[in-house]
Amino acid sequence: MWQPIWLTLQLAFLTTVLLLLLGTPLAYWLARSRRRWKEAVAAVVALPLVLPPTVLGLYLLLALGPNGPGGWIGGWFGLRTLAFTFPGLVIASVISSMPFVVQPLRNAFEAIGERPLEVAATLRASPLDTFFSVVLPLARPGYLTGAVLGFAHTMGEFGVVLMIGGNIPGRTKVLSVAIYDYVETLQWREANLLAGGMMVLSFAVILSMMVLEKRLGRLRG
Amino acid sequence: MPSSKPSLGPLLTLAAMLFSPWSEAGEVMVAVAANFTDAAREIAAAFKADTGHSTLLSFGSSGQLHAQITQQAPFQVFLSADQARPVRAEAGGFAVPGSRFTYAVGKLVLWSAQAGVDLDADTLAMGDFQRLAIANPTTAPYGAAAVQVLENLGLYQSLAPRLVQGNSISQAYQFVDTGNAELGFVSLAQLTGKDAGAQWVVPEDLYSPILQDAVLLQSGADDEAARAFMAYLQGPQARAIIEHYGYGVVE
Repeated sequence: MWQPIWLTLQLAFLTTVLLLLLGTPLAYWLARSRRRWKEAVAAVVALPLVLPPTVLGLYLLLALGPNGPGGWIGGWFGLRTLAFTFPGLVIASVISSMPFVVQPLRNAFEAIGERPLEVAATLRASPLDTFFSVVLPLARPGYLTGAVLGFAHTMGEFGVVLMIGGNIPGRTKVLSVAIYDYVETLQWREANLLAGGMMVLSFAVILSMMVLEKRLGRLRG
Repeated sequence: MPSSKPSLGPLLTLAAMLFSPWSEAGEVMVAVAANFTDAAREIAAAFKADTGHSTLLSFGSSGQLHAQITQQAPFQVFLSADQARPVRAEAGGFAVPGSRFTYAVGKLVLWSAQAGVDLDADTLAMGDFQRLAIANPTTAPYGAAAVQVLENLGLYQSLAPRLVQGNSISQAYQFVDTGNAELGFVSLAQLTGKDAGAQWVVPEDLYSPILQDAVLLQSGADDEAARAFMAYLQGPQARAIIEHYGYGVVE
């Protein structure tokens, strides 16, 4: 019973780190760029919010497979497909949780406005220096929200994982799938334990995010 | 303001649309094990043509459907891929006692989407593949049968790390069809009418017979259409379709 929990935490943690790294330049560009087609990019990033997991699952199954880029990348490691692997799940989770990280980051970057950047420029700070000394600290609440939502959403992901995971214990059998399995086999006690644990954990995560956000806001104000 | 007083018309239409499926007569809701998907569709079409009753088919693994039935799912007939679950439904008071019968005997096939591959027990023993797809053995009888075959061949221990589980036999099929797994254990019925790939019909002494039982559920006890469907399933038209899909039938 602990194996799926541990696996899920690993997946959520890795996905969140990757999303913060990838999401930062993307969200910054979305917040600052003046290009008109940037909203089209933003819309693509937001797609997993509205698409059923089956749509993502279908495309990922094909893309990760031997006839898609997944098979090509997998070939370097002697794999025919990235489906049924932990890295495959990470790729899937990064895509499906991306809007939950990018949107808060973009909001945070936009909330900073032009003024602090102009001030930094007049003080001869380089763009990179400005980013690390001015933008990042000011965008801290956005990072907190993005990280928490990304982590929580990855933990809660089910449909996509069910379609590409292959239910392999220790590698792709995550918490949500384990719960599903217990329910299917009428093991209500185990299902209840895991599901109840997930409820408590999710509640704690969201509550602590709200409290922290408030506190950060007060510190700044 | 006149606009603040909405007419009830659209609301009533909506309500009628929402509730109409329940009031319509002569519709059987059938829970169907995934391996029987194609055959069930064909039988439903013939049933409609012969009796005028229509059917609503829900597909899933036997375990998934059985779990739903124990939670009062609105199905009237349950076509399982095994005998154990209909027996449990009967014992648990979810099914009409005495209504259970074996409608098909399933056959397990080792399948590759690639044509021209030689498939038999040696293919499994040689292990020249990365992934072998099976249905989830805890919920899908065909998955359990696949595990039995591997155990009887003495290969389960060595091949266990390469097994990928589909949620139902349909997903196991789909893993092979998309090329994500080179090999998979599926049901013969799923390959009927499709000539792509290579197959090995697993000798029946390697697994216990997959007796697929049907049972009339409590919500269909007094339903004329549901009873008609149960009778039709044992009749010659349905049997011909079942045999056409490669299942055995019990005399």
